[in-house]
Amino acid sequence: MGNEQNTFRVVGTRPVRPDGVDKVTGRAEFGADHQLPGMLVGVVVRSPHAHARIKSIDVSAARAVPGVLAVVTAADLVDLPSELSSGGEAPINFRHVSHNVIARDKALYEGHAVAALAATSTAIAAAAAALIKVDYEVLPHVIDVLEAMREGAPLLHPDLFTTGVTPTPTTASNVAGVTEFALGDIAKGFAEAEVIIEREYTTQPVHQGYIEPHAVTATFGADGTASVWCSSQGQFMVREFCAKLMGMDIGQIRVIPLEIGGGFGGKTTVYLEPLALALSRQSGRPVKMVMSRGDVFKATGPTSGTHVKIKLGAKRDGTFTAGEMTLKYQAGAYPGSPAFLGGMTGLTPYLFEHAKATCYDVVSNRPKSAAYRAPGAPMAAFGVESAIDELAQQLNIDPLELRLKNAATTGMRTLYGAKLPVVGYVETLEAAKAHPHYSAPLGPNQGRGIASGFWFNIGGPSSAAIHVNEDGTVEVVTGNPDIGGSRASMAMMAAEVLGIDFAHVKPTIGDTAQIAYSFLTGGSRVTFATGKAVIEAAEATVLQLCGRAAKMWKVEPYEVEWRAGSAHCTRVDDTTRAPVTLAEIAHQAGRTGGPISGNVSINAAGAGPGFGTHLCDVEVDPETGSVKIIRYTAIQDVGRAIHPAYVEGQLQGGAVQGIGWALNEAYLYDEKGCLLNSGFLDYRMPVASDLPMIDTVLVEVPNPGHPFGVRGVGEVPIVPPLAAVANAVSRATGVRMTDLPLSPPHVLAQLDRAKTAG
Amino acid sequence: MAKHHIQTTINGEPAEFLCETQQTLLDVLRDELDLTGSKEGCGTGDCGACSVLLDGRLVCACLVLGVEAAGHEISTIEGVAQGNVLHPLQQAFLNEAALQCGICTPGFIIAGKALLERNLNPTETEVRYWLAGNLCRCTGYDKIVRAVMNCAAQMREEASHG
Amino acid sequence: MALVILQSDFARRYTGGQTQIEVNASDYRSLVAGLERRYPGLAEQLSLGMAVAIDGEIFQTPLLEAVGPDSEVHFLPVIGGG
Repeated sequence: MGNEQNTFRVVGTRPVRPDGVDKVTGRAEFGADHQLPGMLVGVVVRSPHAHARIKSIDVSAARAVPGVLAVVTAADLVDLPSELSSGGEAPINFRHVSHNVIARDKALYEGHAVAALAATSTAIAAAAAALIKVDYEVLPHVIDVLEAMREGAPLLHPDLFTTGVTPTPTTASNVAGVTEFALGDIAKGFAEAEVIIEREYTTQPVHQGYIEPHAVTATFGADGTASVWCSSQGQFMVREFCAKLMGMDIGQIRVIPLEIGGGFGGKTTVYLEPLALALSRQSGRPVKMVMSRGDVFKATGPTSGTHVKIKLGAKRDGTFTAGEMTLKYQAGAYPGSPAFLGGMTGLTPYLFEHAKATCYDVVSNRPKSAAYRAPGAPMAAFGVESAIDELAQQLNIDPLELRLKNAATTGMRTLYGAKLPVVGYVETLEAAKAHPHYSAPLGPNQGRGIASGFWFNIGGPSSAAIHVNEDGTVEVVTGNPDIGGSRASMAMMAAEVLGIDFAHVKPTIGDTAQIAYSFLTGGSRVTFATGKAVIEAAEATVLQLCGRAAKMWKVEPYEVEWRAGSAHCTRVDDTTRAPVTLAEIAHQAGRTGGPISGNVSINAAGAGPGFGTHLCDVEVDPETGSVKIIRYTAIQDVGRAIHPAYVEGQLQGGAVQGIGWALNEAYLYDEKGCLLNSGFLDYRMPVASDLPMIDTVLVEVPNPGHPFGVRGVGEVPIVPPLAAVANAVSRATGVRMTDLPLSPPHVLAQLDRAKTAG
Repeated sequence: MAKHHIQTTINGEPAEFLCETQQTLLDVLRDELDLTGSKEGCGTGDCGACSVLLDGRLVCACLVLGVEAAGHEISTIEGVAQGNVLHPLQQAFLNEAALQCGICTPGFIIAGKALLERNLNPTETEVRYWLAGNLCRCTGYDKIVRAVMNCAAQMREEASHG
Repeated sequence: MALVILQSDFARRYTGGQTQIEVNASDYRSLVAGLERRYPGLAEQLSLGMAVAIDGEIFQTPLLEAVGPDSEVHFLPVIGGG
């Protein structure tokens, strides 16, 4: 089945999602909703200091409280060696994961877990937690990325030596690593330039902001086996991470995925799960733990704050000659910022013969950064796309035309070396140009910004099982949590291949004992990769169905063809064998060889990269500095939209997260390194009244690596908005905005400064 | 300390429960009465995921004490559908794909329904300001606002033919 | 012979600055073995967090992927996502 098939029966329609009724009636079970008999309440004691040595922890008073049944510290988890482990997918240092779950020796940020306990009620747990005495030696701390890089800055890890530089350093540093990408000869590229823009940009750390706090219920049995119910982006990830941190075999842990109330990358690691397991092991009782919103802000996520330097060179006609990025990203308390991903994505929308990126991964006394939608890409794109806008202004070229002139096309060599497969970036630019938004008139104090963005999208290990029920209805089991409607797209792809009604297909997310390993829901991979597994499982099922029909007809399997949900005999002049439907074959399954099912596990390759282009109109109040988004259009090459409404939803949601990043969201610290705005009142995410409708255009340039042409879509939409908004504000005010967020006081200060200077 | 014995009405049915003084109405609904459709996103009244009606008034259940429910009528997401017949707003959310992860959905449906009970012909701006107390991180609100507007139009249509 | 192209930064550290290396190989495993013979220690570096792009297609956990006589091969960090 290839891309030549362009008449779909189910793909491209907009059915009601299979899990919809449960979610509009309150029946769906999310992370905090699971209950077990005899369940204890677990709470975490967290460091009030940004950086402190833990001299001792006295839990005796807490343990003595009636109703307290378990108290754990880092000593209850395995003391893992510091090494990169390549289990699962990307290499991970599980010592860091473990230390982030619960501090060992040192607390590295305010909110860092230092102890946990379980008690028979919330009130007892809270009272007992206050009795845990931690003797801290408070150490000097460092919050800012540039300060952390300075010589003499407080060191977080005495054993951290910068990787990626020669010679290998002999003194410890907060710079965990430097990654460099180079293409051509950067000096030659700038020598050829007739115009050069060089600017520095900053972005603040922002939280993924999922509405559902982390929650887990765990039970540890006397036989050493454990079950974990939680919401995460991957039940297999939770299982693997818990096994490593607890020193258990993977087979001893079963993880049952509950509905996930948003993740955006923030639920691709563990926080509470190992603690709940340790508490359950000690108490012999099930333990439930739910984070408060304050804990979510202080101890999970966010993505990196960054300092980005961009240098672009171009000819007078707009042809780019060179591009250079210096990216300094906060990793938080442990190494692992997505700086290198900024380096691999920022310049990719454009053809550069000469380009370079130098990416610094820097630790500081903040929560360990976690993945956030297209990790690392929005910050680099903010710099590059802002610089291109300024270049367009200097050269007096339309910013869309300037992008078109230099746009990446299929086969272009990227800064990270590989050539691009089939991509549709130019198509998004053409769609933007043709959109009425681009030529709509603007009023006073209004400005229009345009920006583009790139994300790779990934594939990876994915499993699917299809079971044909006795009456011809069909079960589809996959191993990926449904974070935004993927059950619908799985069922639609299965229905498409099987030729049956969408309503007859029931998708289920299997737990770790019910379906084979699947890499987590992330990297915009599920509809692509797990979808590919579903399609192959459906094709395997069709083969069996044809085989059964052949048996029923006493013909050879090759004489049977599957069309529109029925087996057809291909023998010419045979009128005795009328087509039989899937349901009819299912009824006879017992008599023709037993149940019919298709099981497929693949390591999906062929992910198609995505490009998006956003248009944003703002109105700036020159008196207050307040920015109002008055019109917004998100355009993206989505390959093929399986369920267009949920694809549009990805574009709209990503755009609005980016708008929040651009306009208001930021982590604010006091002089002691303590977070000042750890709640939704002061950490200002966009609300409905802040926004207009978000218009979308789905451009479909099919990905040849997927039978239906699917590309991942979830991450690209958060890449362009930072620059789209900032470019709009810059054009509305005539003042170039290089530092986010563009909150009213900040915008006003920039306007005042420009007035004074001008 | 002894627990309080509270008698109240939840979704039209008489209900009673024991609760500690400091337990919120949300704690009671979720932990004592197994009505887990109301969600806790913040515990400070900022996200609206725990929206319920208290005597017809839209409140955050995390800002009401369990004991305050005594003698009042509480409406939660569990009572919005009549048996297995969905409320038009629930159906509109499904038709418009107005949910992605679904954690904020119960709160939005309670809040949106409360709006439509007061104003069956809201402007887009009125919808956006009425729903400004409910956070959604997935959808960008576009399809939620459309669901409420389309539901209002449909309910007006039905009322005029009623 | 497949052409392996290394980032100059990576080449500086592991191949004495050589960024373009021709290797006779039919799949990823034999390609890495060929590189290891010439630059001992390189295979371990590649096994830690490196994906491969063979003629533009990225493989995150490569082993048996085919490499053609005219293939162009790049190593890049494993890509995650949100």
